[in-house]
Amino acid sequence: MANLPENATLRRSLALGPAVLIVGAFMLVPVAIMGVYSFLEAKSFGGVTWSFSGDAYVQLFYERLLDDSLRLSSGYLIIIARSFFLALVATVSCLIVGFPVAWFIARRPLGQRNMWILLITIPFWTNQLVRTFAWIIILGRNGVIEAPFRWAGLLGEGETLGLMYSDFAIAVGLTYTFIPLMVLPIYASLEKLDFSLVEAGADLYSSRWETFSRIVIPLSKPGIVAGCLLVFIPSLGAFIQPDLLGGGKKLMLGTLVQFQFSTARNWPFGSAIAMILLAFVIAFLMLYARAARGAKAMEMRR
Amino acid sequence: MPRTPEAATVTPLHSDMPSRPGTGAAPAIVLEDVRKTYGRGASAVQALRGISFEIRDNEFFTLLGPSGCGKTTLLRALAGFEHATGGTIRLFGQNIMDVSAHRRPVNTVFQHYALFPHMTVAENVAYGLRRLRRPADEIAAAVAETLRLVKMETFADRRPTQLSGGQQQRVALARALAPHPKVLLLDEPLSALDLKLRQAMRQELKQIQAKTGITFIFVTHDQDEALSMSDRIAVMSDGLVQQVGTPTEIYERPANRFVAGFVGDANFIKAAIMSRANTEVTCKTIGGLELRADGKKARAGQRDVTLFLRPEKVRLGAPGQGSVDGVVATLQYLGNACLMEVDIGEATPLLVSERIADVDQPRRAAGDRVGVKLDPRSLQVLEE
Amino acid sequence: MTAQDDIVPAAALPGTKVRRAFGEVPGLKTLAFCFLAFLYLPIGVLVAYSFNEGNIVMVWTGFSTDWYAQALADADIRKAAMNSLIVAVSATAISTTCATLAALALARGGAFRGKVALLGLISLPLMVPEIVTAVATLVFFSSIGLRLGLGNVIIAHTTFCIPFAFMPIRARLEGMDTTLEQASRDLYASDWETFRLVTLPLLMPGVLAGAMLAFVISMDDFIITLMVAGAGDTTLPVYIYSMIRQGITPEVNAVSSILLLFSIAMVTAYWFTTRQKPGRNIH
Ligand SMILES: Nc1ncnc2c1ncn2[C@@H]1O[C@H](COP(=O)(O)OP(=O)(O)OP(=O)(O)O)[C@@H](O)[C@H]1O
Ligand SMILES: [Mg+2]
Repeated sequence: MANLPENATLRRSLALGPAVLIVGAFMLVPVAIMGVYSFLEAKSFGGVTWSFSGDAYVQLFYERLLDDSLRLSSGYLIIIARSFFLALVATVSCLIVGFPVAWFIARRPLGQRNMWILLITIPFWTNQLVRTFAWIIILGRNGVIEAPFRWAGLLGEGETLGLMYSDFAIAVGLTYTFIPLMVLPIYASLEKLDFSLVEAGADLYSSRWETFSRIVIPLSKPGIVAGCLLVFIPSLGAFIQPDLLGGGKKLMLGTLVQFQFSTARNWPFGSAIAMILLAFVIAFLMLYARAARGAKAMEMRR
Repeated sequence: MPRTPEAATVTPLHSDMPSRPGTGAAPAIVLEDVRKTYGRGASAVQALRGISFEIRDNEFFTLLGPSGCGKTTLLRALAGFEHATGGTIRLFGQNIMDVSAHRRPVNTVFQHYALFPHMTVAENVAYGLRRLRRPADEIAAAVAETLRLVKMETFADRRPTQLSGGQQQRVALARALAPHPKVLLLDEPLSALDLKLRQAMRQELKQIQAKTGITFIFVTHDQDEALSMSDRIAVMSDGLVQQVGTPTEIYERPANRFVAGFVGDANFIKAAIMSRANTEVTCKTIGGLELRADGKKARAGQRDVTLFLRPEKVRLGAPGQGSVDGVVATLQYLGNACLMEVDIGEATPLLVSERIADVDQPRRAAGDRVGVKLDPRSLQVLEE
Repeated sequence: MTAQDDIVPAAALPGTKVRRAFGEVPGLKTLAFCFLAFLYLPIGVLVAYSFNEGNIVMVWTGFSTDWYAQALADADIRKAAMNSLIVAVSATAISTTCATLAALALARGGAFRGKVALLGLISLPLMVPEIVTAVATLVFFSSIGLRLGLGNVIIAHTTFCIPFAFMPIRARLEGMDTTLEQASRDLYASDWETFRLVTLPLLMPGVLAGAMLAFVISMDDFIITLMVAGAGDTTLPVYIYSMIRQGITPEVNAVSSILLLFSIAMVTAYWFTTRQKPGRNIH
């Protein structure tokens, strides 16, 4: 099919047109415009004035004093650091729980495996907002966890365990929301793993740990890497979990962006943070793509 | 308006036309210097490098060749799935190079059947006739008749997925036959079947071809299949046709070393030609043997010719009774025959196949001395 | 355990514990079931409390379905639910159509320059964080002054639904045997007939799967709608969010439960329609 006739090329363009136009016009162009906005000056009640300014990016690191001099400020850097930290915590906890679960499922008979996968998939496709909201009922003041303490008199009126509105609550929320994204790719690679290789390892007198670290981990690495990325990236830009479970004090990048657009009405600054978040995500995706290409090249060489 | 003029005027199924193969006056297909190059530049693959031959009407014609020699490519060019990059293809005199696949009165039986999984057997078979806008009663009759022809009439309402491989094969055949094309293309249709079924289908395909009088172009890389079914065979290699001929011509009088080696087992002996009388030449091998051989085009004094000999054409006797004595080097017992390598002092031992016709035939063993009889008529000088 | 131990067949020695197969790590099963509990308990708690009689969510006073009745009778909730449905149906229809066409062009249009780039563009909404998409779309609409009410929401949803609809359709097309289409052309079908009679019927499960994914994704979206929707155009998730903000009541739980059960039903239906039927994949 190397040389399609003229009208086939035309037909192809017409068929691709709508999807490409929609995504191009309503995704690519908006992000580009936002990029431009991040270099403009803010109007006091939202919107921008069309004059170039790098203030939005400066604002991230410095605060402007009354006499117009700049002073190093850590406020926003802490938010960035918290975003990375919580995304990392979520990723690690997803991995610690997700790997053994994926291993368990991969060792089930085929029919059971499908059932397990369905059970893990269902929550993922159900409403994130509602699922996160459920954790307020569990972790919150007078919630499911505090109830027995209160009943036993260990917790007095007005006292609380302080589970909600903490980094802990956000981490739990992130882990809970994104853990299916860890289990599924690891399961996919473990399922393909030929268990006779594991037995061959045991047959050649390697201990369980050696078999695990020398055979299982390397062979399921693509799944582990994909899973970590699939949890880390959305966690980094999460909005719902820090917003509902972190309250107003524990901001992450996602809530900071939203805050700038809704309450603070500083669009250039909000755009700048969104661009930085996007830059982080693109960087991670590119690292992943390079690693994946490298892994593929390795496969080919074998 | 009938959409394909050729297909619209085809004779009804089971026309009583005499179906002696290869007697049609006009050739069904004429290929002139057909070329096909895949890709461009450095990565270009020349799949067909100038193919020219004719296929007669009513013929069971086979394309035989090793994997990758371009058989499928040629077939797809005939069907219209692949656009040949050079040359012309004529179908009953008409140049069809620019006729698209769905307007060619040519149907294909695909290697993996390609039955439509969402249609019943009957719907599959009716598909082509429906696209030709035939009247419903004619379609029903043709479907019933074609299914009877391939012995699948009781499966009309099944889905392809509910059939065995052999049954799917028959449906695929029926589907391609139903519109009664002028030419039927079959790309290794038997390769996915097991051995017994394959052998039974050979006979049946041959009978169906004779009954319908349709020109069959059959692709295979299995020489037994080619020899047993075909009226004529084209042996291909590396995008070129090496020889076109009847099975006997191909097997007994191969045009060159490639054909000789690809179709059946062969011995090749290097020799120089000493003298000739009529078509018979006398040659001397490297090992010093003097042999008489058949060689029409060979010239006296020619060096480095190749003599060709089928293993089963060699007769063995007691030492001293043949043209040369030899020693059995290795021996394989095959039940109906014995395959031996006999050392006659040449560079490579002679491959000999001896049929075991009698129960009390003397059994040979490695190390036996034997007399090797070489018939000058079966020893041929190959054209390089 | 030393290597030597492993060589001795443990079961042969009386009194030694039979060695388990490698994959059977003790406690795994318990962990897996705890994991399931972790996934489903919050949902269960939410649904359970939606049946609480009293109006303080976390103090159980008795069973009642009153909150459902109240939620279903609430005009605002009904309007939000209606908006959600209008947006989801429109976005699904448009995105699935576009995705089907694009998938056909990419899978059957031969090789051409920029194919990889186009694939990347179509899956762009999957890669950009939702919050970034949300504010970018907001900035875009306000900068060009587009105010179509619910239309804005539909445009935004269609955009991020396209890759979700695209993926299963493309997967189905790639897995489809192209010789079937050749067979059809061989049997005198024109390109259009081949598409209508062979390609489309065989592609249909993929299209259905794509449409269902798009629908679920659109129904569930919250952040993008929150940023893009005007005051009268709230969808159900955004409405639920505003309810949560005002204080948690069993009514929120009731509405949330309805939304949850709706998506669970959709996903389960999706699962069972796309599951390969046995004996389907002969080729
Ligand atoms: N679509 C294609 N693109 C590039 N090269 C191709 C393509 N199809 C076939 N070829 C090449 O053309 C040559 C001939 O292929 P073809 O399929 O005709 O062989 P064949 O004789 O049918 O082999 P087989 O017996 O294995 O089916 C091969 O070298 C093959 O690699
Ligand atoms: Mg082939």
